[in-house]
Amino acid sequence: MKRLQAALLAMSLLISGTVLADVSVPHLDIGKGGHCVNDPKYMKLNHGDLLKRQRTITVHQGVIGRYSLIRCVNCHASKVNHSVLGTNSNFCQGCHVYAAVKIDCFECHSSRPETVSETLREVAK
Amino acid sequence: MSGDLNRREFLRSSAMLAGLAVAPGVLLYDLAHGKDQPASSSVRWGMLIDTNQCEEGCDDCVKACNKENGLPGGTGPADEQWIRKVELKNIKTGKITSLPMMCQHCAEPPCVDVCPTGASFKRADGIVLVDRHLCIGCRYCMMACPYKARSFVHEPLHDQKPEVPRGKGTVESCTLCVQRIDRGENTTACAEACSKAGHKAILFGNLNDPDSEVSKRIREVASTRIRADLGLDPGLHYEGL
Amino acid sequence: MDALQKARRETRGFYLLTMLGALIVAMGLASAHYMEEHGHIVTGMNNQIVWGMPHVFAIFMIVSASGVLNVASIGSVFGQKPYKARAPLSGLLSIALLAGGLTVLMLDLGRPDRVIVAATHYNPTSVFAWNVLLYSGLFAFVGIYLWTLMEKRMNAWSKPAGLVVFVWRIILTTGTGMIFAFLVARQAYGTAILPPLFIVMSFAWGLAVFYIVQAALYGWNGLELDAAILKRMKNLLGLFVASVIYLVAAYHLTNLYFAKQAEFEKFILLEGGIYPLLFWGGYFFLGSLVPLFLVYFPGMGASRHVLFASLLVVAGSFCLLYVFIIGGQAFPLSIFPGYEVMSTFGDGQIANYTPSLPEILLGIGGLGVAFLITTVGVRALNFLPKDE
Repeated sequence: MKRLQAALLAMSLLISGTVLADVSVPHLDIGKGGHCVNDPKYMKLNHGDLLKRQRTITVHQGVIGRYSLIRCVNCHASKVNHSVLGTNSNFCQGCHVYAAVKIDCFECHSSRPETVSETLREVAK
Repeated sequence: MSGDLNRREFLRSSAMLAGLAVAPGVLLYDLAHGKDQPASSSVRWGMLIDTNQCEEGCDDCVKACNKENGLPGGTGPADEQWIRKVELKNIKTGKITSLPMMCQHCAEPPCVDVCPTGASFKRADGIVLVDRHLCIGCRYCMMACPYKARSFVHEPLHDQKPEVPRGKGTVESCTLCVQRIDRGENTTACAEACSKAGHKAILFGNLNDPDSEVSKRIREVASTRIRADLGLDPGLHYEGL
Repeated sequence: MDALQKARRETRGFYLLTMLGALIVAMGLASAHYMEEHGHIVTGMNNQIVWGMPHVFAIFMIVSASGVLNVASIGSVFGQKPYKARAPLSGLLSIALLAGGLTVLMLDLGRPDRVIVAATHYNPTSVFAWNVLLYSGLFAFVGIYLWTLMEKRMNAWSKPAGLVVFVWRIILTTGTGMIFAFLVARQAYGTAILPPLFIVMSFAWGLAVFYIVQAALYGWNGLELDAAILKRMKNLLGLFVASVIYLVAAYHLTNLYFAKQAEFEKFILLEGGIYPLLFWGGYFFLGSLVPLFLVYFPGMGASRHVLFASLLVVAGSFCLLYVFIIGGQAFPLSIFPGYEVMSTFGDGQIANYTPSLPEILLGIGGLGVAFLITTVGVRALNFLPKDE
């Protein structure tokens, strides 16, 4: 049992080590990018929890907070295809494919910035 | 296999740690930005719909709602309709009445009572909404709503409006244009369109404020609520019915 | 040598049945996947008929899951020996049917991937949420009950365990009836008679299912059901079928007395096309009168008659549920009494519903789940009823 624990600990250290050391992360098109709400390292680790917390506040209390998904998409949509999805270099898709973490945010949420999705709908009409 | 489990465990524990780290920062942010007050129960959003002003055949409110919320506007049996025009003919007198029908934003909403996950909920300011993050698509709320106000999204959607996320497999209905209200605006797309068309049949406002236009008018004219017998205390009042 | 051959033949038969069951389950799962991929647009369900064929299958299975426990209850709670010998099979069937019904319900959700939310977010005012507890409780209690029956050292506890199961299943079926009884919106529902009606329906349907499975098992093993036991079971089935007729009649007669419900009854019982046809022809004639004849008429009541009667009761139950669930939604909501109503959203209009293949296959897949669990259970453990 002890040996198993030790092995698990060693392995988790190894894995966390690789994640924190930014080894072989995919080349991402981060759109406009830059420091917005927190520094990138913090966001990389915590964006999931921030968004989850924000979504409850927004939906149930009507407070459009600083961690609004719209704001993320507005800045991080690729300047090429105006989306955070589409190819494995797009901001959300690229990293989530790499990390093999499935997200279903964009089944409901727009993956495009506000202005772009507005134009697209006009065109579609 | 054990490596995989281990990784999952690691992710879980780091997520928990992250949650601990994040919470105080977010709290501070919320406190620092006083203008983003959460919806308050001192407000109750509602409407007075004057059916005498509502023109038969006019569906400007429906079109405006579709545009505002990014609905495709189909009228097939499986298409979503947040607001619809209803034409009534009194069986005895033959009198024709026309009115818009939508979620009545009950104070005692049956959809909220029956929802197994709490996805159907009533905001402090009286708006009845669906939290699509929690909706599992059981449609019990649609069975329970006496106004048939809700629609189920039957197909995958694309190009939703950023402010109005909606998607396949969840239930939805009129939100009283909650995105406008949260921006601090004081009208809905349907009410705005109705005024623009010159009918002014839809009056939107705060029912809890005795000085609001809608409260004053409800005090002055005879109005009723649909299926008042059910005692659900809807936020939508109808005049001339 | 002969015994060896018999064992081989049985094994082959078992694998064949298991494969058949697995195939049906696979078709159900494939349908569910197809529905999830494309959305409910590929079903006949829409914004007017929000619950359809999957719910007919699921509610049949969930109601019967409680009903098959009759046999266990009569054995353990009321101390009848011939029924006690059948109690283990009755428990197994209950678990199998409940699993089948819940599978269908879950896979029909708009977001089946999120079914876990039903466990993490709980709305205490929702009948659905209560049922989540009731269903899990039934699995647990029936499991414990089976344990007390099959483990010799636990036998002494089978009576109290049986009592708990008995009380729980009555509450559970009450809960299933309340799903509809609490709906004030629609004229077909929202009446306190529904929970008792569902309980009596569970008695009849559950016993019919039990008899069919027992007949199959006996036929498979070349056994003959004892005449005295057959007589008891068939008389009980007849009594239950008659009780369902009584409560269904009470439901419709009460409605007929209320002027505001008259139009709805006219629709369901006379003018609604498929619904009156299924009600009178399917439920009342084939599913009730003919079984009563087969059970009680002099010269009838042999085991093959009772088997046929049981099959008809099951068929009739599907007809009744179709009329109740889908017919109940097809009739327009009374939102504006006293007015003729027209709109783009089906107000004032009878709603149309044509079930599609995927949703029917999903329902049948649920039956497959129940079949598979029963087959494997009977083979792996000693569930065959043995009379002394």
